[in-house]
Amino acid sequence: MPDDKQPVKKMSIIVSRGSLDGIYPALIMANGARMEGIEASLFFTFFGLNALANKTLDSLKVSTVGNSALNMAMPMLGMPMTIPFPTMMGAIPGVSAFATHLMNKEMEKLDIPPVREFLELISDSGGKIFACKLAMDMFKLKKEDLMDRVDGVLTVGDFYNESAGAGTHILFT
Amino acid sequence: MKKNIAGTEIDVNEEGYLTDMSQWNEQIAAAIAVEEGIGALGDGHMKVVRYLREQQAKGAALTIRSMGKSGVVTTKELYDLFPGGPLKKSSKIAGIPKPVGCI
Repeated sequence: MPDDKQPVKKMSIIVSRGSLDGIYPALIMANGARMEGIEASLFFTFFGLNALANKTLDSLKVSTVGNSALNMAMPMLGMPMTIPFPTMMGAIPGVSAFATHLMNKEMEKLDIPPVREFLELISDSGGKIFACKLAMDMFKLKKEDLMDRVDGVLTVGDFYNESAGAGTHILFT
Repeated sequence: MKKNIAGTEIDVNEEGYLTDMSQWNEQIAAAIAVEEGIGALGDGHMKVVRYLREQQAKGAALTIRSMGKSGVVTTKELYDLFPGGPLKKSSKIAGIPKPVGCI
């Protein structure tokens, strides 16, 4: 059988969530694409704008309330993954900040940069960073409120045009 | 397995990375660079190659983040020097194993 594997030429990644665990997968995917010579664009919409707005992007958090998957983080506390994270504890003031702090520490050990530095790395690597116009309007944000590496504010139509091309894959996170 | 690079029989893995970094020399680097589409190696390339070999000898983990902050090269320069796969290509040319990791 002939080898007809089509290479991935470009990744167009939509980022709609604003928590630490909602942002990082998209950044890793975009940077990983660039490292493989694949073009990458990030399109931040809705709560994803948290990762672009200067006032919020240096303090993204992981939610400890209603986050049933949090047992994955138990090894960071030296406890087995089979122990569930107590829901009631998640709502106590300071717990989300502590869980966030732990996660940030673990990521730093793996040389994963904080969000601002990561976006700068992706931008320096040739990745493109866009904000969604509709979400900007809804959250009453202006381009000046966003970090300086944002390449533009796009409508959904602009996004589809920017994603055009054979070998482009659109990813929703 | 063995591969003939620049007239010498070299030990490489299936992807073409040298399995023994002591077998490397600059002619081998030049030959691999042509194969990888990088072309002729200039001073900028060789600075990165030397840095990579030093770090590998020290057992340091190589990431694109640490490369950009190394002081030897910036991220933009790295992508300009080795387009299409900065870490993948520069490590192959430098005769060191491909860095494993997602950053």
